[in-house]
Amino acid sequence: MSSSSAFNDEKGGSSSVGEPEYGHDPASGGIFSSDYKRHDDLKEMLDSNKDSLKLEAMKRIVAMIARGKNASDLFPAVVKNVACKNIEVKKLVYVYLVRYAEEQQDLALLSISTFQRGLKDPNQLIRASALRVLSSIRVTIIVPIMMLAIKEAASDMSPYVRKTAAHAIPKLYSLDPEQKDQLIEVIEKLLADKTTLVAGSVVMAFEEVCPERIDLIHKNYRKLCNLLIDVEEWGQVVIINMLTRYARTQFLNPNMNESLLEEGSGGDKTFYGSDEDEDDDEEEKDKKEEAHAMAKRKPYVMDPDHRLLLRNTKPLLQSRNAAVVMAVAQLYFHLAPKAEVGVIAKALVRLLRSHSEVQYVVLQNVATMTIKRRGMFEPYLKSFYIRSTDPTQIKVLKLEVLTNLANETNISTILREFQTYIKSMDKDFVAATIQAIGRCATNIGEVRDTCLNGLVQLLSNRDELVVAESVVVIKKLLQMQPEKHSDIIKHMAKLTDNIQVPMARASILWLIGEYCEHVPKIAPDVLRKMAKSFTNEEDIVKLQIINLAAKLYLTNSKQTKLLTQYVLNLAKYDQNYDIRDRARFIRQLIVPTEKSGALSKYAKKLFLALKPAPVLESPFKDRDHFQLGSLSHLLNAKAGGYQELPDWPEAAPDPSVRNVEVKESVPEWTKCSSREKRKEKKVEKPFYSDSEGESGPTESADSESDSASGSESGSGSEESGSGSESEESEEGSESEEEEEEEDEDEKDKKKKKKQELKKPVQESESEQSSEEERKHQRKMKQCKSDTESESEEEDSESESSHSESEDSESEVEVKKKKKAAESKPPSKPVKKESKKEKKEMSLLDLDDFEPTPSPQVTPVNTFLSNSLVTDLEGLSLSDAVLSPATIAPSSALKSYELLHRITGEGLSVEYCFSRQPFSPDANMVAVQMQFTNNATSETKNLHMEDVKLQSGMRVKEFPEIELLPAGETATAVMGIDFCDSTQAANFQLCTHTRKFFVSIQPPVGELMRPVFLTENEFKKEQGQLMGMNEITEKLTLDVKCRNEHAIVQRVTTAANLSRVPCGSDKECRFAGRTVNSSSLVLVTVATKEEGAAQLTVNCEKMVIGTMLVKDILLALTQ
Amino acid sequence: MIHSLFLINHTGDIILEKHWKSVIGRSVCDYFFEAKEKAVDPEDVPPVLQTPHHYLISIYKGKLFFLSVIQTEVPPLFVIEFLHRVADTIQDYFGECSEGVIKDNVVTVYELLEEMLDNGFPLATESNVLKEMIRPPTILRSVVNTLTGTPVFAEIQGVIEACVRLTGMPDLTLSFMNPRLLDDVSFHPCVRFKRWESEHVLSFIPPDGNFTLMNYHSRGHPVYVKQSISFFETGPSGRLDITIGPKQTMGKTVESLKVTIHMPKTVLNANLTASQGNYTYDLATKVLVWDIGKLNTQKLPNLRGSLSTQVGAPKPEDNPTLNIDLKIQQMAISGLKVSRLDMYGEKYKPFKGVKYLTKAGKFQVRT
Repeated sequence: MSSSSAFNDEKGGSSSVGEPEYGHDPASGGIFSSDYKRHDDLKEMLDSNKDSLKLEAMKRIVAMIARGKNASDLFPAVVKNVACKNIEVKKLVYVYLVRYAEEQQDLALLSISTFQRGLKDPNQLIRASALRVLSSIRVTIIVPIMMLAIKEAASDMSPYVRKTAAHAIPKLYSLDPEQKDQLIEVIEKLLADKTTLVAGSVVMAFEEVCPERIDLIHKNYRKLCNLLIDVEEWGQVVIINMLTRYARTQFLNPNMNESLLEEGSGGDKTFYGSDEDEDDDEEEKDKKEEAHAMAKRKPYVMDPDHRLLLRNTKPLLQSRNAAVVMAVAQLYFHLAPKAEVGVIAKALVRLLRSHSEVQYVVLQNVATMTIKRRGMFEPYLKSFYIRSTDPTQIKVLKLEVLTNLANETNISTILREFQTYIKSMDKDFVAATIQAIGRCATNIGEVRDTCLNGLVQLLSNRDELVVAESVVVIKKLLQMQPEKHSDIIKHMAKLTDNIQVPMARASILWLIGEYCEHVPKIAPDVLRKMAKSFTNEEDIVKLQIINLAAKLYLTNSKQTKLLTQYVLNLAKYDQNYDIRDRARFIRQLIVPTEKSGALSKYAKKLFLALKPAPVLESPFKDRDHFQLGSLSHLLNAKAGGYQELPDWPEAAPDPSVRNVEVKESVPEWTKCSSREKRKEKKVEKPFYSDSEGESGPTESADSESDSASGSESGSGSEESGSGSESEESEEGSESEEEEEEEDEDEKDKKKKKKQELKKPVQESESEQSSEEERKHQRKMKQCKSDTESESEEEDSESESSHSESEDSESEVEVKKKKKAAESKPPSKPVKKESKKEKKEMSLLDLDDFEPTPSPQVTPVNTFLSNSLVTDLEGLSLSDAVLSPATIAPSSALKSYELLHRITGEGLSVEYCFSRQPFSPDANMVAVQMQFTNNATSETKNLHMEDVKLQSGMRVKEFPEIELLPAGETATAVMGIDFCDSTQAANFQLCTHTRKFFVSIQPPVGELMRPVFLTENEFKKEQGQLMGMNEITEKLTLDVKCRNEHAIVQRVTTAANLSRVPCGSDKECRFAGRTVNSSSLVLVTVATKEEGAAQLTVNCEKMVIGTMLVKDILLALTQ
Repeated sequence: MIHSLFLINHTGDIILEKHWKSVIGRSVCDYFFEAKEKAVDPEDVPPVLQTPHHYLISIYKGKLFFLSVIQTEVPPLFVIEFLHRVADTIQDYFGECSEGVIKDNVVTVYELLEEMLDNGFPLATESNVLKEMIRPPTILRSVVNTLTGTPVFAEIQGVIEACVRLTGMPDLTLSFMNPRLLDDVSFHPCVRFKRWESEHVLSFIPPDGNFTLMNYHSRGHPVYVKQSISFFETGPSGRLDITIGPKQTMGKTVESLKVTIHMPKTVLNANLTASQGNYTYDLATKVLVWDIGKLNTQKLPNLRGSLSTQVGAPKPEDNPTLNIDLKIQQMAISGLKVSRLDMYGEKYKPFKGVKYLTKAGKFQVRT
């Protein structure tokens, strides 16, 4: 029977479709079959073509999962239905997959294609659910697929899909932490999202993947603050907690002055105060500190962004969600000025009427808060009264809060309340109450005697536990002033007859021993009684009996000598070795023998030393170094993944990092109206805005110059033009600024000169707004763009050089420069070089003529030699191949800000990827850095330290710059081996006085160097890099980028590639190798009608390929 | 964030488990069971427990423990609030949140949990959103347009519960006669904070179905019942005499009056007579319940009689506390009155209604 049924079942399981009724025979499956055939009926139902049967089967399976039963053997049967049309079945199949995919990785792969199809579905809900399930399947093999899916979804039209993408990020991260860099990019992108739906989820992803990258928040800070109120509640909690941490790193302590004042006037003298009194010793130092303190005492002005956060979170105290209220409360506690923290008390008290679990957590936090800010909760004292129905843990916490709140004025009320608690039937709670009374007594001197009396009365309580607890507390209290209370000690001595709780007995014995001089008559008697019962006592009591005996022996040896001997003898043969040891030790110490050592002389001092009274402290003291509301705070131990709440910074970091959007939009608007003709260009260039804080006007100037350069230079290369032209306009604005600020500025003469020269420019640019801060940045850029603008017309050239000369140059130098510029054009055809190379050349030339008097800057030389080398290389290359038609136009080197003038306290640093080989190490990318000292004093010993790198990365530091006088600029080159990743290199930039944390992150296009390939070579290599190594994207070219020239120019700007000659005029090809691993990078742009184009990137390194596609896509479409 | 969830009944059986990340074995619950053993009352189980590798955060609701397993730092209130939301959703779907209901609808509950969290982070927690995705067992979709508020007052704490069945996107504004009475309020996320701050009206676009629009707290005295209790003893027995009387109920009748007393352990039995209602004394739990019902203002209800205590046991040192439950229909004791409800944004005329109710939440009398 059994065999036949098994046979049937098996057959049914495999063939099935037509005959589902096999499985319905419960007898065959249930009784006889072994485990692996157990679910045959379900399998058959799943294989049937009736949806209702499938649904029924899936329901039973999911029910099994829910009950924790193993249903993994059904995996093959279930996974077949992943493409089922019935939505109900499908949902349950997804549920099953998510649960078991991890255990059945290979089979799970069968379902992937379904999800991939789902990702492309026109319905946003289907796209989202496909991504959700795909990302929930914890199968390592599909990491690349997940990565692609997430990236795609992150730019989906539907905010719901983008939210799902944000959710998927931590999933992928936990599956493969190596994806961190790419995920951070996605996070950065999603952080910029402006919908409330996404905000909470992406911040959550941020917190899980890269909470240390606080710099990603800067630009989104204000947006997050403003969106906050409309974000869903769970997102609010995460965002508020993150912003609390952020604010702690970016703003100044609003209570800074107060705490200083407090220190100064507080009871315990601070060293400021005491120093003032003495003022002989270290007068100078003293003065310094004074000054320091005074500086700090300057009226504190809250950063408007800090205020924004406080203002926008406040209404959320009214949220129905306790977690949100708590999050706001902790934000206020950690960030708000003292005077404003009070608002949270009411809201927290409201939470006390919620579920007991909520109360439990809230009370923990209130307990911590009451230690620092007692006044806040005092008006709500009665809300912390204890109800008999409260769970014990709540009672104890409320007691804690009440104790913390107790002060001279309310102590009587509180004590009365405590009295009623002592009558409670919950003994643990009574014990806690007695402890609380003890703490009140120690904290408030006025009521100490009252409390003591009350506690003494409790000694006659019928409940032994109450008495025992009282004894322990009384013992602590008596230690504070024993002489006054010998009667209490006597009373307690009597208790030894009745009290059995060991801890209490031990406490009494200790008390009597310690203060035996106050009760000289009773003490020996107690010892006598104890000696009698010694053998029956608990260990802890025995130890105290020995102690008592020793102390009495020392003070009153006449009466107690024999008793002590007796006790010590008993102890000698005790079962517990602690007690035996103690007895031996004490005997040696106190009983004088011939052999007794020097120590016995000091026995009295040893035993009867004055012992400090114990301090009764709240267990919640100092818990506020944990962020309130956190799990770590509740446990008073660091939980995994807890992010420390940083201390306030000494000086506020540059607030302008948060500026971008808001500030930018304002000036831009005003300008739009005044120069409408330029409007349409404005959007195109997000280019500089990233690296510069408040670049509103500058940016638009950039783009405006595009058109100008296009026509002027006739090269049609917009981007190359932009650098130089922007400087032109900047200059204009700058000179105007200076006009306005003439009084302040000292260098009148120079300016006049300049103004004359620049007149035409000024006129055209007269509406530039004048923000002083921008000035220095501009200067920086001028220098840089000087080096870039060589190919432009002479006019601009000379102007820019003028601007550069502004501070220190003499006219001679200017002329010299002009000459240099003039001498250039003829050299062009002679050298037959590509424009790009020419640029390098001109860079070189300019450096040559670099008028900045910085002879001490050694790196310049090395840099020069570098560029020479490339030049030569470039020459040979171009000679061999390039026809004039395929000239790759030069690209302006994009420069990035490394250190802002304000952050750097006058020192500003910009860097650009010079695209030169770094001669000391070919695997490194050369980074050219330009230091400008805008401060009034010179900067010394510029060097770098403490380089923090991802594994494998290396850095060749630039040589130390010994001296950088005020107003001067210096250039240096460093090399970084990025290991073909876009991970940032972090290091400290040090001057003789300060250190700055800076980081350099390369765009992917800078991680390669151009190589020359022939068309055939290119095709051959491309043929070998197919499949996974090939990424193709369709795109529509930007209107201004439809000719070959523009395409070539844009691609080479985005990536350091060289053009590959090509027969077809519909295709542009580029080739390069990654700097570190020399992996080939091949790029093809095939153009079609009406701006349609197809971009193909072939690269061994898929990551680089994907990122490069993105960058080039951006360059070509915008 | 939230790694796994276990639903555990009061006898310690796991009736449902759900994992949002990798599966965590049931053995993790052992730490919880240990703590549960120690606790006298289920309420006494600490909500947050630390185990060597995980943190356990639990709530107790409907005689069920909702136990979540956490691996990394997360605000505990976040989890607790979410667990309550799960319980509320189950209640909303099936009418009650109990072991039986969950066992009967285990698949739906599992699906709900799947939708409510994604990778441990809340995804959809609003019941109206959930109902779009997972249909509740009974499809009862009436198109009646009603909004009823039932302010319930308990210990100076009130809620306005709304039941909205309006089609389209109605924009409602609810105003009060005397908003100043409201001292401290918290709102459903649909309420616009700004309008409340500036005009003290509730402006909102409601979700469908039942939801709590607002919680409030108002000043006032929560004593509506006066009592004279003498509870003394002579030898092995004690006497008990309780009288309940009304106090400032503004002519409204006090209903569902019930007195609960936790007697000291030594009280063996109670022999009492009630002038109104009836009483029960549970010998095992030592709880005396006196169910009075409607309060008769002419003849005040009284409960008197003797208590027999354990022979030889010392007299209880303190008198027990009385817990009183009551309800007053047609009145919000806070005095809060709804002035009007306006609807904008939709053309039809809605049916509106409001119901006031007062009930004692935790009303205790210390004797």
